[in-house]
Amino acid sequence: MATLYEGFTLCGLLQTQNVSDSAIQGIELDGDSDHVVVTDTTRSVTLYKVSDQKPLGNWTVKQGQSLTCPAVYNNQTKEYVVVSDKRVIRVWRNEDLNLDKAFKATVSADVWRVHSALEGEPVVLFNRGAVRLLDALLSAPQQTIENVLSEEEIIRWSTNFVVEKQHFVLFTTEQKKMHFLYVQRLNPNTLHKYRLEREDSGAPPLSVSASLWDKRINLLYMYPNGCVYQSAVAVWGQAAALEDEEAPALPRTLLLRLPVGEGELGAASAVALDEAHVAVVGVPHPSAGTGKDFLCVWNTNFQTLQAGKEMAGRIYGQVWCYSGKLLVPHGKALSVIPYDCQKSSLASALGKLWKCGKEEPRSSVAVPSWNSLLYEEQPQGPARAVETRRSKLSRKSQSVLALTVDQVLELIKTGPVEEVQREVEALVSRGDAQDLQTSVGQLACQLVGRSQAESAFYTPGALAQLVHTQYLCHSVCPDLLLLALEHKDYFLCQLCLQLFPDIPEVVTCACLRAFISVLDGDVEMVSLEPDSVSFMEGLVAAGARGGQQNGFSPALYDEDSCDAHHQPRLHQDKTPAVQLEACPVGLHKAVLLNEVLQTPYSDSLLLPHLKDLNSQQVILFLQYLQFLYLKYSQDAYTQMPGLRSPTMTQIIDWVCLVLDAHFMVLVMAPDAKGLLKNLHFFVKSQVRLFSELGKIEDSFKELHRMKPSKDIGQYSIEVIELF
Amino acid sequence: MGEFKVHRVRFFEYMPTAIRAMSFNAHTERLALARVDGSVEVFNFADRYFQEKVIPGKDAHSIEALCWVGGRLFSAGLHGEITEYDLENLRPKYSLEAYGGPIWTIISNPQGTHVAIGCEDGTVKLFEVLAEGVQFERNLDRQKGRIISLSWHPSGTRIAAGMMDMIRVFDVLTGHAIQRLLVDRSVGGCKSRETVVWTVVFLSDHTIFSSDSAGKVQVWDGHTGTLVKTHQLTKWDVLALSVSKDESSVVAGTSEGTVVQFQFIAPNLQQQEKEWVRTRTFKNHTHDVRALVEIGTAIVSGGMDTQLVVRPLLEKFEEKCFASGLRRIHFPHRNLVSCAQKARLLLLQFPGQLELWRLGESDGHGKPGDILPLKTKPEKLLYLKRKGKDHICCSALSSCGGWLAYSTVSSVRLYRLQTDNNISITKVPKLPKVLRSAHQLCFSSESSYLFAASSQSSVLVISLNQSECKYVHTLKPKSGSRQPIHLMTTSVDGKWLATANSDCEVHVYNLQKLELHCMVPMYSSCPSAMGIHPTTNNLTMVHADQQIFEFSIAEKQYTVWSRKLQMQGLHNLWLNRDTPVTHVTFNPKNPDQILLHDMYMFCIIDQSLPLPDQKTQFYNQMTLRSLSEQERPSHLHAFKVCKSFQDLMCMRLLDDQSLVVVERPLMAINSQLPAPVRQKKFAT
Repeated sequence: MATLYEGFTLCGLLQTQNVSDSAIQGIELDGDSDHVVVTDTTRSVTLYKVSDQKPLGNWTVKQGQSLTCPAVYNNQTKEYVVVSDKRVIRVWRNEDLNLDKAFKATVSADVWRVHSALEGEPVVLFNRGAVRLLDALLSAPQQTIENVLSEEEIIRWSTNFVVEKQHFVLFTTEQKKMHFLYVQRLNPNTLHKYRLEREDSGAPPLSVSASLWDKRINLLYMYPNGCVYQSAVAVWGQAAALEDEEAPALPRTLLLRLPVGEGELGAASAVALDEAHVAVVGVPHPSAGTGKDFLCVWNTNFQTLQAGKEMAGRIYGQVWCYSGKLLVPHGKALSVIPYDCQKSSLASALGKLWKCGKEEPRSSVAVPSWNSLLYEEQPQGPARAVETRRSKLSRKSQSVLALTVDQVLELIKTGPVEEVQREVEALVSRGDAQDLQTSVGQLACQLVGRSQAESAFYTPGALAQLVHTQYLCHSVCPDLLLLALEHKDYFLCQLCLQLFPDIPEVVTCACLRAFISVLDGDVEMVSLEPDSVSFMEGLVAAGARGGQQNGFSPALYDEDSCDAHHQPRLHQDKTPAVQLEACPVGLHKAVLLNEVLQTPYSDSLLLPHLKDLNSQQVILFLQYLQFLYLKYSQDAYTQMPGLRSPTMTQIIDWVCLVLDAHFMVLVMAPDAKGLLKNLHFFVKSQVRLFSELGKIEDSFKELHRMKPSKDIGQYSIEVIELF
Repeated sequence: MGEFKVHRVRFFEYMPTAIRAMSFNAHTERLALARVDGSVEVFNFADRYFQEKVIPGKDAHSIEALCWVGGRLFSAGLHGEITEYDLENLRPKYSLEAYGGPIWTIISNPQGTHVAIGCEDGTVKLFEVLAEGVQFERNLDRQKGRIISLSWHPSGTRIAAGMMDMIRVFDVLTGHAIQRLLVDRSVGGCKSRETVVWTVVFLSDHTIFSSDSAGKVQVWDGHTGTLVKTHQLTKWDVLALSVSKDESSVVAGTSEGTVVQFQFIAPNLQQQEKEWVRTRTFKNHTHDVRALVEIGTAIVSGGMDTQLVVRPLLEKFEEKCFASGLRRIHFPHRNLVSCAQKARLLLLQFPGQLELWRLGESDGHGKPGDILPLKTKPEKLLYLKRKGKDHICCSALSSCGGWLAYSTVSSVRLYRLQTDNNISITKVPKLPKVLRSAHQLCFSSESSYLFAASSQSSVLVISLNQSECKYVHTLKPKSGSRQPIHLMTTSVDGKWLATANSDCEVHVYNLQKLELHCMVPMYSSCPSAMGIHPTTNNLTMVHADQQIFEFSIAEKQYTVWSRKLQMQGLHNLWLNRDTPVTHVTFNPKNPDQILLHDMYMFCIIDQSLPLPDQKTQFYNQMTLRSLSEQERPSHLHAFKVCKSFQDLMCMRLLDDQSLVVVERPLMAINSQLPAPVRQKKFAT
């Protein structure tokens, strides 16, 4: 989820002659993440401390001169750089008061922009497309600047990045209604040119922004019809010849199709906040009429609006995003709006928290984000291609003999069981993590697909190994768990239940049904995960020891005997309790049931599927849950910290759910009578416990209030009484 | 028993000063303690740490070190003089300029024939101790840099001297330095800062312990001059070291307020060879531990946080007893507050001034536990600064509020007070010549006489009236004790005067005949408070060991109640209390009641009620409160203890039956201390 917090005004805006133009030319980050350098469209540069909402410094050029590019901060020399009147580069420091006295250099061609990245020195982009490092330029200001672009080609937007110490300057141009993207790399200099695909209307992009994720430059551009496209720009690609060939089209993906209301968008802008969130200004809020003065945050994975905020006054289609804050000029003010984007993941979409408490660290690996799931299916785009090329190369160098993923995939389609098993295992054991992430899903799907088609084909070892990599989850390969159930591969079932964070409730219920109805004899021979088995062994053994520690006997039933009417029945009640010392299900069956208990679920989704159980199954399951509850509440068994075991809360939750789902059936069934009665006590004892806890809490509160906090001053006259 | 209106006074801003030096005389079991204001206190460790004597300080006369030579006490300080104290008259006997600049330390040799001092000019000076004083004998080789600390080898032939960045070992006979031990500068800190060797300890096997400003305790071999072991205790200074008599344990006090013990033991079971091992750490102080003494069964420490802590070493005790408990001594064991019961005035005594306050009033009535609204607020009537350099040692206010007197070691001043409408104070001129100084001052109940405790346990009687004051008589005990009087009280009818001195003697004088009436049978523990009953003229004494005696002056024997109390014995909870009772008074309206208090409680003893035996619940006020009127009488016993008021400096009963308690919360004292050294705490 994303949140927009309460914003604040950083500064007021000057009124420009043309009402539709913003008064701000650009906002750049200072060396400090709390500082921004704001350049207005006329003559002044102001440094603000954002959290204090106050200006720290202001520099103005003389009347008659004008600033033609936003001031940037050179993080290496701690200097500010700005261009006035297109050709004069001015460099000054924070302590310089007067801009006119600062260093000046006049260059021989018109400058479009000066860009500065945090790690690198500033670069200067000329109107005609040439790029120079600032230092190199200032050492010989009058050097000749070559023309890269033709006369008619005009730069519309530009930015720069430093990726692995390589400077990149990106800029878009317009020429005869055609739009191009140039990627200029410095030292060694290479230039790439891409054509931006034409939108149907032929309109130019309203805004372009670029961001850097995983050393990959993502371009985000928005058209007046509300479409937001994303393109991954290959920065390491080969240099393409510029003049002769037609520039290749930049592959793009439609990220969002925003509602535009009536007419087309005028001034709007989009900026990427992270891999999944885009902030958009100047686009109408889908549920608030046609006004376009909104700042919205969209989740691109779900195409959902995550947060929206109406901005008072006109929006100029400008938005900047620095260190967790959005800066939006609107109306007569520049507002700063802090935001927060949380990673959306399967786990947060699940109802119950995935493995509450102690299991947390292990599970975090197993929860894949939507992104990795989605990208797994679509290995496209130039960057992806580059990546696979590189990994292929590295794999080639590693071993020539082993099969590649693609070859294994082919093999799975036809090969014999043993060979498939061997090759998959070989692949998994040698593969590096990056590769496996993508291929494990494919492998599993392929294996499961073949097994479903041919009943004779089943590779439990290979599947178990794939599950063990923890790159797999239920959504990637939805048939895996059912296949395992079908083949009575309980070990694999257990693994899946343990490691998949996203098992749907229907499958959980299917597993439960299968586990309950399986014969004890069938499961006892199956080898299961040793930790969970040893937990159950410990639990059962604790009961065998007599369930007493330090002479304490659980007074669950005695406690309830205060009511005189229950006195005669009491001894009868005790008998089932004694019987319950024995576990109603076999050891391995119990282990499997424990896994079900620990699976995440949400109540409302689970309840309908629980009704699928028949009354015998329900009674057995309830007996087992009661057994667990008694064991836990007897204190006789102290939980071993390292072992995977259902918690008390999980047990009680399941008891409640099963009772909810089958209450009428249980009331009617004669053999469930004793069980229900016991469970009634069970509830009573819980109620009693909580009421006692409540009393203790109240007593503590009372104690707290009793503490006299009276302040005795220098002098007082008090009355005391002695006896 | 009834309700009391209590004036709860917290405006006495008494502030004890930091402890600077200590010296323990194992022979007499007396601990001498010097504070930063130059006062010296003597505690009797054989008598429940009772503060026997206080020698008031003097402006610009700080003390750096104390040492006992036999029963004589010497001090030296940065003023450059050696001072010997007259413990019988509680004043400096003489001061001798040492001509070596400021003196940092003074020690005596184990034989008790010489003292050595360490001077700022780098000399160690030896003085011979003679019967009438000390006499300069010679200098040891003069060093560059000041001598901060000294330690005499038990044989008396060597002296170790701690200096800046080094330790020197001198041969006493030749006076030459024979060893030079270089002490490292601090590890992390600034190298340019010199390391001050704050203390050295010379053991009989020629092992030298040193503690320094870089936070180290180092063990040296004195024969070879080599470093054996370094213990880095703290980042701050290690200011004090002390060795036990059998040389099996050394304790070190740090600026962090911790005391670290080192023991000479075999590091593991099989090994025979012993070495010095750091064993225990005690943390009883919040501030610097400046002075430290190992007394065999306990570690006594004191420092910037002004309290004296006696930390018992529990392995030295077979069973639980008084000495096996941790003791903290915060307040002096004497009264700093005088009260005029009739005039409702309080006189607060500080070392440098006296303050006279009038208590507030309230006409409201309230239930027990209520705080009554004030009609008039308490009022500071007078702020009287002392004259001269000497600090005030005692003061007195007459019960009518018309007279005020105070004494320093050099003079006594008497003032006539008028407090009714317009406050005026007039110094009484021309006091009798004999009245030069007093250990205790006391007015008779009718304010017609002033009694001043003088030398050799004698009491000067001065008659007062509007026109003049006149010397009447000197009351002298027959015992010939030379010890000072520390308690003095008169009877309401003006007939009797009782005095108690540090020899534990209690004398009763007949004021009409101006002669000794009798001497109360000697008891081994020193009286800490006493009072004469207004109607029966019984003298009630409470001793430092918490025993209570009631002595009938008329019959010259213990009363029946007192015998009964001694037969039955006091309750253990009473006997095991921490602090001595510092005042005894009576309720004139109810002759059965005796009121007394210590630092943590006040108690009303009702002599008409049965005495508690060991099985009785001693602190029974809470129980009694919960019982009904009918049940109560069967649970009553004589000791009614109230702990509602803590850190008590004074408790008095005014003539209108209301109580005055003067509290000085320790929190308030702590809050006025300078900030302790900064220590890294978890998560800060």
